[in-house]
Amino acid sequence: MIDLDTLTITKARVALDGKIFSAVDLAKAYLAEIEKKNKELNAYLEVYDDVLDQAKEADERIAKGDSSPLLGIPLAIKDVILIKGRKVSSASKILENYTASYDATAIIKLKKQGAVFLGRTNMDEFALGSSTENSAYGVTKNPHDTNRVPGGTSGGSAVAVASNMALASLGSDTGGSVRHPAAFCGVVGMKPTYGGVSRYGLIAAVSSFDVIGPITKTTEDAQIIFDVIKGNDILDSTSVPDNFYEKISLKKELIIGVPWDLINQEGINLEIKKNFEEVVKSFENLGYKIKDIKLPNCLALYYIINFAEVSTNLARFDGVRYGLHKDGKNLLEDYLLTKGAGFGKETRRRILLGAYVLSAGYYDAYYGKAQKARIALRKEFIELFSEVDLILTPTSPIPAWKIGEKSDPLSMYLADIFTVTANLVGVPAVSLPSGFMEIEDLAQAGKRLPLGIQLMASHGAEDLLFEIGKKFEANIAL
Amino acid sequence: MDIKDVENLAKLARIELSEDEKRDLLHDMDSILGYVKQIEEMKIEDTEPEHGVRNVWREDTIEQRDFSPELIVKQFPDAQDGFLKVKKIL
Repeated sequence: MIDLDTLTITKARVALDGKIFSAVDLAKAYLAEIEKKNKELNAYLEVYDDVLDQAKEADERIAKGDSSPLLGIPLAIKDVILIKGRKVSSASKILENYTASYDATAIIKLKKQGAVFLGRTNMDEFALGSSTENSAYGVTKNPHDTNRVPGGTSGGSAVAVASNMALASLGSDTGGSVRHPAAFCGVVGMKPTYGGVSRYGLIAAVSSFDVIGPITKTTEDAQIIFDVIKGNDILDSTSVPDNFYEKISLKKELIIGVPWDLINQEGINLEIKKNFEEVVKSFENLGYKIKDIKLPNCLALYYIINFAEVSTNLARFDGVRYGLHKDGKNLLEDYLLTKGAGFGKETRRRILLGAYVLSAGYYDAYYGKAQKARIALRKEFIELFSEVDLILTPTSPIPAWKIGEKSDPLSMYLADIFTVTANLVGVPAVSLPSGFMEIEDLAQAGKRLPLGIQLMASHGAEDLLFEIGKKFEANIAL
Repeated sequence: MDIKDVENLAKLARIELSEDEKRDLLHDMDSILGYVKQIEEMKIEDTEPEHGVRNVWREDTIEQRDFSPELIVKQFPDAQDGFLKVKKIL
């Protein structure tokens, strides 16, 4: 038996290369867990039927003495990243029967390594949400308490890793979609610098925010995946050229900025605040210098740009070239019927909001203003990172909520307060597990809810996040 | 905002909505737009849009791309002789 609880990519690599177990053994172990758990948790929308064939191929390469960091490693892929010949739906009815006609660049890189794809994971439709409740294929449940949401939008990818249904996974992060579910499920979620990983083959939500990122059990595993999928890509002109950002040299004494103003405001759960204060103390004990900084609340700014770009990006799903097609009397009726039936509620809401903020009478007040504010924020951040090396916040202001509890869309948007800033500015960020909180109705079952902290670094400074993440993991007993 | 505004936006976005949903959307959009309106209060000096704008060149050469024309054609809602068939537009 392979001990999946303690298995990491690093450990699996040693065992696979040392022939302690085979890639087929490993894949079988995960398929058995999926068989047991997925029905209840709904992390996977589809488990591929050729998993063992893929694993066999990996074993053949290993037998020949081949080794690469992800050879034979079983991964789950968010249902928004294209794998040629396989279905990909963005958890939407409008793409229910869509089959990818090419590989995403990140997938090509993983295939070269010989990674094994277990299946595609559930998410909020078109990556719009914070709880995976907006999927057209049912909510994914949090393995720590199945009455609660796993966070979102990469909820399926986070749950797969947290419940041993995959060793690691890929998600995508538009405003916290990798970090937020990672925090809710007690795993590591990493959002690279904007353009650090190619978006080619990633179904667009907000093109100027989206980035693919890994969800893993350890910081080291996140680093392994990031190092494989990163890099400039001729097929994505927004991917950053290698060495685009100045390499920062690691200093002896690192300064961590903490925006106390933002953390001490109303609406932040008290247990989360307590946990966060303990984390700050731990970093001080590890020799980091803590500095009080000011960060603005960027939610309004973030959501205006989100609505505008979503509205534009999703206009192409019209039932003409691919995806769902509803037949009407004429072309206009085809559009109306197809989009009306194909898009879920939150998606329709954001398309209309986007149409509003971009419309002639309101453009200057909303979208135009937001674009200017975004540039000002970016400048502010570049200055801020000349004073501090890292910025520390909780990942979410509240712990995983009960399924259906947040029926008001605005109240859910507020859960993104700490994560959206990194997307607006384009800096890398990571969410690390920081402990648990007791919940009254869970205590009897001996269950607790996981919490997470977020670290942001300057553009291109992923290595700094990995370094501090590893130190944190090694020194903090959860 | 009133129900006419919602109807107009839905028409622009080519989305068919039921009467119930129009009412729900009006309520949600009012509250969401009320929140994001905060942006009006932000004081921003006139900044030049310099964010992320750079030219990306490549050599003008033909390169092999791995994608499947068969898969693309297969997914057309309606096709004839490998062409996408659409309704009359004019």
